Amino acid sequence: MAARLRGVISGRIVAAGLAALILGTLAAVAWQAGGLSGLGEWDWRAVRFTVWQAALSATLSAVLAVPVARALARRRFRGRGLLVTLLGAPFILPVIVAIMGLISVFGRNGALNEGLRALGLPELGIYGWQGVILAHVFFNLPLSVRLVLQGWQAIPSERFRLASSLGFTPADVARHLERPMLRAALPGVWLAVFLVCLTSFTVALALGGGPRATTVELAIYQAFRFDFDLGRAATLGLVQIGLCIAAMLAARWIAIPAGFGVGMDAGQGPVGPRGWRIWSDAAVIALAAGFLLWPLGAVLAVGVPRLPALAPDVWWAAGRSVIMAITSALLAVTMCLMLALTIARGAGRWVEAAGMLPLIASPLVLGTGLFILLRGVIGPQQMALPVTVAINAAMALPFGLRALIPAARSLQDDYGQLAASLNLTGWARLRYLTLPRLARPLGFAAGLAAALAMGDLGVITLFASDQPTLPLKLYQLMNSYRMADAAGAAVLLMTLSFALFWMFDRGGRLDA
Amino acid sequence: MLELQDIAVRQDDFNLGANMTLPTGGRFAVIGASGSGKSTLLSLIGGFLAPDQGRILWDGQDITRMAAGNRPISTLFQHHNLFPHLNVKQNVGMGLRPDLRLDHDQQTRVAQVLDQVGLAGTADRKPAALSGGQQSRVALARVLLRARPVLLLDEPFAALGPALKAEMLGLLADIADDTNATVLMVTHDPQDARVFSPQTILVEDGRAHPPQETAPLLDNPPAGLRAYLG
Amino acid sequence: MKPLLIATALLAATPALAQDRVLTVYASDYIASEWGPGPTIKSEFEAFCDCTLDFVTGDILPRLLMEGESTDADIVFGLNTDVTARARASGLFAPHGQDTSGLSLPVDWSDDIFLPYNWGETAFIYDNTRLENPPASFQELLDAPDDLKIVIQDPRSSISGLALLLWVKQVYGDDAPDAWAKLAPKVLTVTRGWSESYGMFTDGEADMVLSYTTSPAYHIAAEDDLTKKAAIFPEGHYFMAELAAQVASTDQPELAQQFMDWILTPEFQKTIPLANWSLPAKLPQDDWPQVMRDLPRPDKTLFYSEDDAEALRQPALDEWLRAFAG
Repeated sequence: MAARLRGVISGRIVAAGLAALILGTLAAVAWQAGGLSGLGEWDWRAVRFTVWQAALSATLSAVLAVPVARALARRRFRGRGLLVTLLGAPFILPVIVAIMGLISVFGRNGALNEGLRALGLPELGIYGWQGVILAHVFFNLPLSVRLVLQGWQAIPSERFRLASSLGFTPADVARHLERPMLRAALPGVWLAVFLVCLTSFTVALALGGGPRATTVELAIYQAFRFDFDLGRAATLGLVQIGLCIAAMLAARWIAIPAGFGVGMDAGQGPVGPRGWRIWSDAAVIALAAGFLLWPLGAVLAVGVPRLPALAPDVWWAAGRSVIMAITSALLAVTMCLMLALTIARGAGRWVEAAGMLPLIASPLVLGTGLFILLRGVIGPQQMALPVTVAINAAMALPFGLRALIPAARSLQDDYGQLAASLNLTGWARLRYLTLPRLARPLGFAAGLAAALAMGDLGVITLFASDQPTLPLKLYQLMNSYRMADAAGAAVLLMTLSFALFWMFDRGGRLDA
Repeated sequence: MLELQDIAVRQDDFNLGANMTLPTGGRFAVIGASGSGKSTLLSLIGGFLAPDQGRILWDGQDITRMAAGNRPISTLFQHHNLFPHLNVKQNVGMGLRPDLRLDHDQQTRVAQVLDQVGLAGTADRKPAALSGGQQSRVALARVLLRARPVLLLDEPFAALGPALKAEMLGLLADIADDTNATVLMVTHDPQDARVFSPQTILVEDGRAHPPQETAPLLDNPPAGLRAYLG
Repeated sequence: MKPLLIATALLAATPALAQDRVLTVYASDYIASEWGPGPTIKSEFEAFCDCTLDFVTGDILPRLLMEGESTDADIVFGLNTDVTARARASGLFAPHGQDTSGLSLPVDWSDDIFLPYNWGETAFIYDNTRLENPPASFQELLDAPDDLKIVIQDPRSSISGLALLLWVKQVYGDDAPDAWAKLAPKVLTVTRGWSESYGMFTDGEADMVLSYTTSPAYHIAAEDDLTKKAAIFPEGHYFMAELAAQVASTDQPELAQQFMDWILTPEFQKTIPLANWSLPAKLPQDDWPQVMRDLPRPDKTLFYSEDDAEALRQPALDEWLRAFAG
């Protein structure tokens, strides 16, 4: 009983700690500023743009995911499994690398526009708000496709067999089987992408676009940099949290899909209709694969030849980043596990809400607040790496939790009583029940956390130390005019992010 | 002796009361319509559900607030009696020490009970590699090993065919005899009750009634039970 | 054991060496990187100071303002002109005590707190293989067809973006809003910092990029690439310098002073051009590297006094925002 109690309490402590971290840093920034300050016209424009771009990105991602997921659900072909795995790549791609890839494909001088020019067609613009939307769809389409594909595979195959025995046409199948599933699944997909895009920072930073495409997070950065107006930064941070909470309240009947892509692709599904639909499905799959994979290929093509010439410093930075990412991932899954087990045992909704808080917190406010809070305790130099590791772990929590909570719930439902009847508690329970049963979602969550931490640009430059991480090194290269070396470092960064994800995710499946 | 004193539990629009004394070594069928509260009764005794009022005593000791694993009780659930990721030996060994740090003697005992239930040679297999009957035997082996004085069965053999089920009930009866265990067995099959348990606890209308002779009860059931048995 | 050792080596902060005298220098991130002037400055200063020089990188000014007098910084290295008003107002700095009469700057400099160690001017860079007829003046740039695409930086997050704001203000004065209105359609995008813009330019995304008159020197010296040119405008180019200052609350006043005394010496100044890709603050032109001497120089250098720059910052930003908000 005591051990069980301890388990339940530890999750609550993590949740309370998270809430204190997110809200406390915000309070620290406001306190340092001597209070919150009002927002100007341009701040409100940023708020409007943020909501608008997130809504548009979410809508596009959800709508485009439907044909792709349908085609993948009903077609079998060689390399399909590999393709489904690869299509997930953009979600864990470091933003800075993704932007390089997107520009080299969709940029003014990119392959696509060269083709359009050759054909005498009008060019596509990637800069400004279109770029922000394009990049957000690029990042989130894979997630949406996975979630919708799960929905498709969750339709019992008996129902499809019944449909074909009743002579349903594809339109009938869509009406009676697929549309009800989509009506249930799409709002959650939309909400998940909306929330991710609401707090996106780096995309708007890198593709820019100026005053017309300023997001709240970018406005926080500017308040901080240009005016040193911490009061405005804190207010904007509050507005951002308010926006997210409003969105979640407005959509509280919508469930964000469980599982978050873990253990997906059962490999079975309906048998696709013949005829022209084969070709349309093929075209959809080819288009999606091109959109999502071409930019990765472009980054590789430019960067790989530069790899051997990279300075030793870059490799050291890479090693440092890998260690930090792994530490971050382990910390993240530990916290995730404590939270998920507590939630599975029926803790209040506030524990789950606290676990989702990092999704809506501003990393800049978080970093600045921590700087203010910790300044008297240890020097920023010593803080830099631990703080970055801790914040990256916190930032990955919401994603990990989505993957872990359903698994932890079914673990509790299925084996909770048996474990209790055998007095299986504490470490023995962790070792012989929890870890083996949750290995898959834990591996997935750790992989995600590691990849996200790997690509993080350092939560805030305030903490920058004499030990740069790989993304920071990449920026240093760019700042020293060494664009070609930066392309090599980008390949390294991308490869390491994928490798870390693969390693953890694979590790979680070893026993399965 | 297992005593339920003025037990009451309320959940939404469901409630269950019980007041009874069960002598040591007795075998009792628990019978009643779906949703009447048979499983709730076992959960109360097993320690998975705390009553809103009343006490549960074993040989005079109050076990109402005792953690499930510390009670003098073994439970066989309807599903999930085995951990699918652990092998047979580990699943059974868990009955002795949940942390599986078994000394030599304990390992020998695990091997013995496996032998006893006819599972020699399967020690290193995972449950998925066993038949349904074999899986039931693994769970029974663990019950045997734990040798707790009270045994609760929540229809663990419902998924087995008639012959296998009879075989398991026979094995169970042997184990109960060996350990002089008090057995409560939920069943929806009156034949099981007649064969296995001379006395039956009827759960009906929010009450678990004290045990009565099985044969007369089934021969001349009250209206509610008659409708259920058909 | 071995992985553990490597991990420790990767993560351990640079150990303070045997000397217990440490000069802590807050510097911009790129300065301390191995491609910036930092490593040379560190090794050369340590060679004679009998001390350890530690670079602490990051957003210097915000961080310093937050830390106030409790800061560990002894020296701040890499502040920009245009933000000195706020830095000065903090009262955190002590006079540098240097003679600034013989500086090789195109503007007068008599500041007793902030000491320039390098300088340059804003300029639009182009590639003469892609843009054969670059605008010959700022006005020609404004009047150029809108399919001439340039990338600039956001004045709210970038120091060169802020310099462009003041550049336009000084050239066009009250007509600045009209100038921005003409420039805006040619702006492909506004990036957060200089490096994103410059990357887009070298990728061929834009025809011109807001950078510095000295930028072509890198391509010539490091890549033998003679195609990158700064468009020189007769209206003049806006002056930018990077500054050092000593922190009044330093616990190493002697070391800090020693460092300040060293900045304007020829030994220090010679390290600047090819590590920082900018011009030295006090070095006769004959001692500049050939590549810097060969660069075309603007006839006219524009610069606002600290007070004017601070006063113009917000109104000029509002004009800019309006032009780009569309």
